[in-house]
Amino acid sequence: MNDAFDLRSGESHIEVYKFRGGAILFVTVFALLAQAFLPVYLPKVAILDLPLLITVYFGLSRRNPSTGLLLGMLIGLLQDSLSKTPLGLFGLSKTLIGFAASSIGGKLDTEHPAARFALTAVFFALHQGIIVLIQRLLLAHAEPWFTVRLAIAALVNSAVGIVVYFLLDRLRRS
Amino acid sequence: MVAIPSRHRSLVLLTIAIVAQVLLLAIQIQRTNQEGENRSLVRSWSVGLMSPFERVGAWGVGKVRGTWRHYFALSDTAKENERLKQENDELKLHITQLQGKASEADRLAKLLNFRESQARVPMLGARVIAASPDANSAVIYLDRGLRDGIKKNMGVITADGVVGKVIESFRDTAQVLLITDRESGVGAMIEESRIQSPVGGMGEPLLNMKYVSNDDEVTVGQRVVTSGMDRIFPRDLPVGTVVEAKQGSPPFKYVRVRPTAQLEKLEEVIVLLTTDPLVLKKEPEASVAAGAAAARAKESTPAASTGKRSQESAPKPSEKPQ
Repeated sequence: MNDAFDLRSGESHIEVYKFRGGAILFVTVFALLAQAFLPVYLPKVAILDLPLLITVYFGLSRRNPSTGLLLGMLIGLLQDSLSKTPLGLFGLSKTLIGFAASSIGGKLDTEHPAARFALTAVFFALHQGIIVLIQRLLLAHAEPWFTVRLAIAALVNSAVGIVVYFLLDRLRRS
Repeated sequence: MVAIPSRHRSLVLLTIAIVAQVLLLAIQIQRTNQEGENRSLVRSWSVGLMSPFERVGAWGVGKVRGTWRHYFALSDTAKENERLKQENDELKLHITQLQGKASEADRLAKLLNFRESQARVPMLGARVIAASPDANSAVIYLDRGLRDGIKKNMGVITADGVVGKVIESFRDTAQVLLITDRESGVGAMIEESRIQSPVGGMGEPLLNMKYVSNDDEVTVGQRVVTSGMDRIFPRDLPVGTVVEAKQGSPPFKYVRVRPTAQLEKLEEVIVLLTTDPLVLKKEPEASVAAGAAAARAKESTPAASTGKRSQESAPKPSEKPQ
């Protein structure tokens, strides 16, 4: 999974990054554990969605839709398995986010912090939208499409994402 | 396998991943229906998806099957029809046999009741095993004979009435002359008026009451019973019913009597096992007589045994008809 992947779609100026051995696995497990344990001690941290940030980051960096959606699916299903939501709720939404991030990452330069902030906000909103859609269609839960808390969460996650992405950039192979 | 272009691989993979996870969700999600029952969402989807096809399939299969059965599989229908007809015939035969057995049981029950009501008259039940091959004589054969105590001139009756008398007795069979035979005769009387006259056969189903005076009143419907004067049959056994009565050649009336016993349908009969005169008591009379006999026995010998009382109340062979 850590092997470099050449983008052969003709967009030669977009660089495909590869990471140190076990970095993706380690980061994924760490993010899931942090997401599970941090809110116990710091309730306000629950507003963060670290697995989503990981999915977005690796999708934007690897720029391979297949890898992105599989990684997103894996992270989402693990998140589902650690929570009380039905298996597939986060899995489905993160699959789509992974696919979307990888697809967009292959066409845009996503290295700039502003771009990362904007993309993270968009993906966060998209992720919440997918979850609400699934809840409405399949679970018959009338969840609201938009709340102030969601808007704040999008902004917070985008801001935290810039920091997290910066740290994760350290794991890239030079 | 169909090769998927590389640019579409991720889309195919995405589709597979989405469908798989939607199914995964559907398996876990329970929906509550209108009856308040929880049902898996994937089951609801599956049923909803498959039922139109199943309905169309069932309709098609039904049409094909119906067409096959009604137009192409007629050979089986014909065979089945034949089989059903045969089964129907067998069942009809079975019903007839059962009806025969039921009527036989009724007849036997009637005979048994008669025997029980006349327990003091020695009787023997017998079965009719043959009739006379001669059309001019009304004779039947019984399955009992000398070995069973049947002798010549014994009376033969049914619960309905007089049948005839034994004219010959063999080791295991007996020959009975029916009252409808030309040579037959029974001492009889009109039950109501007690006008006595022998009744004889004429070789036909009806009997002739021979010597009733033109002055005597006889009407159609009156019952004719035995008079006991022939010393074969006890008194008051039914013989027949007057079906025709008119002035005859003087000095006697022309009286025709239909036998009470169904002589053309005889299967079981009763043979009166004595040639001595008998008294056939009607049931109330029998009980009164038995009571009186018991009282007499009690008065004469208070400590008399039951056996003695029985002997006194039992009919004696020398008893005269009343």
